[in-house]
Amino acid sequence: MRKHIAAKNRRHVWEWLIERLTQIAGLLAIVFVLLIFAFLLRDALPVLAQYPLSELLGGTRWSPTAEPEKFGMLPLMLGSLYVTAGALLLAVPLGLACAVFVAEVAPKRVREMLKPAVELLAAIPSVVFGFLGLLLIGPWLADKLDLPIGQFAALGSLILAFMALPTIVSVSEDAIRAVPVALRENSLALGATDWQTICRAVLPAARSGIIAAVMLGLGRAIGETMTVLMVTGNAAVIPRGLLGFLRPVRTMTATIAAEMGETAFRTPHYHALFAVGLILLLITFLTNTIADVVVRRAGRVGS
Amino acid sequence: MSRRHLVSPRRMQTLAFVGLWTAAAVVILPVFGIISYMMYRGFSALSLDMFRVGTEGLLPAIVGSVCLVVLTTLIAAPLGVAAAVYLNEYARQGPLVHLVRLALVNLAGVPSVVYGLFGLALFVVLFQFGRCLLAGACTLALLVLPLVISTSEESLRQVPHHLRQASWALGATRWQTVRRVVLPNAFPGIITALILSVGRAAGETAPILFTAAFYSLSHPFPRSLFDEILVLPYQLFVMATEAPNVTIEQKWATAFVLVVLVLGLNLAAIVTRARLRSRHRW
Repeated sequence: MRKHIAAKNRRHVWEWLIERLTQIAGLLAIVFVLLIFAFLLRDALPVLAQYPLSELLGGTRWSPTAEPEKFGMLPLMLGSLYVTAGALLLAVPLGLACAVFVAEVAPKRVREMLKPAVELLAAIPSVVFGFLGLLLIGPWLADKLDLPIGQFAALGSLILAFMALPTIVSVSEDAIRAVPVALRENSLALGATDWQTICRAVLPAARSGIIAAVMLGLGRAIGETMTVLMVTGNAAVIPRGLLGFLRPVRTMTATIAAEMGETAFRTPHYHALFAVGLILLLITFLTNTIADVVVRRAGRVGS
Repeated sequence: MSRRHLVSPRRMQTLAFVGLWTAAAVVILPVFGIISYMMYRGFSALSLDMFRVGTEGLLPAIVGSVCLVVLTTLIAAPLGVAAAVYLNEYARQGPLVHLVRLALVNLAGVPSVVYGLFGLALFVVLFQFGRCLLAGACTLALLVLPLVISTSEESLRQVPHHLRQASWALGATRWQTVRRVVLPNAFPGIITALILSVGRAAGETAPILFTAAFYSLSHPFPRSLFDEILVLPYQLFVMATEAPNVTIEQKWATAFVLVVLVLGLNLAAIVTRARLRSRHRW
């Protein structure tokens, strides 16, 4: 009898231990987010303390190796803004159209071809996109558009658009599919055409999922590194007007990737690059949290 | 009729559907075109010499990539699967789980170059690993962790609840049920999750830029966890941008091998899932 109880207790301890261990693994996700934030902040602090925030965020010159060094991040942030905005201008309409097409219009066989093709796009490494942009698409476009150089902001936008497409298509397709059939049937019963039903009943009902898709695509595009590093020309100048799209720019991600390797440890330049990373991190936290909140709220309303 | 239509609704629908077909074509045609062109160029640039030991070629980068992704998976898999088990089998819905999920969403969205910075600050500098295989693998493991967790959790969720109930009814404890019933049944899905994350890790460049990667055409194979390594995506990046004396054939061949490796892994994941799933019917 006593033996039996001892065995039972041992099993209880074991059960308790396993549960705690898996719980720790789960909670590590929170720990990692906090750690990433803390380490970026720690290594960005020296430069944040040394220069006023207005000079860092509003400064128009990024010349980390000049004397005296300038860490104005405005050109980098505008570079990221240009490339990302261009990418979304292409990817959102195209991705939404594809999602509607796949969910509502496409015959089964076409759908079964299109979906793997989009997933294929998501699997290709970003360095390969950069390679293709640098060797193939850039020179070809520069030739057609009569540009002096085959690396410019719009090329980055074009390729990033294709890289953001899988996210936008799959998230908005899920949202469109989640719209109740009854809604469609009501609209059709009132005499609306299929297209009118899509535009005025289905898409408005799927709105929050589509907003989430755009936010996630935005996060993907703004954080993309290797492609933009290879195809946007890396000139830390402030882009101006629409012509800015046809000139080289330099994004925040590309700056970190290009310069961190050549920077001495714990110099102001090293800390400034961490500050750029911190801004990037905050932007992506914001977009992802918005996407998450929008989806969650929609789920609650739907149920 | 209170509203007048410039174009009749029927014609509008035809126009719109033509637009949708065009959008689909705009996405699919360039992708297929460029990928097949790359396959063609890459395949014709390949030569057996590139795979011979001791020559300037692809072999060191392939070996380096394999070492890196194997180590990454060894680190990420136990953590990821344990976290998925917690989320799906043990956790009660509440603010804590909500917070974990929000953290996972954010972790998945952190730019890869920021993972590189974090890996540099934590593994390379603070833990004093230096730029090496181990530091790179730890960084990549963090990067694929959200993917491993979400895909493993998905496969746990697909195990029908009545199997668990049957196991509990027989007097099995929670852990016995997880180990003997849930995990074996979710195994195909978990393997798929791991293959997918290997594919992701094999193609990433930015996180290993400052934590592990090293470029030299005559690079030896890594001998220890603390060696700098040559990996395919980084080799392609350097070859495409700055390395002198690289022929165009070498560039295309490197791109080809990388794409074949990554797409092959993704294909393997899909096939494994389909094949192992067909064995289970509930």
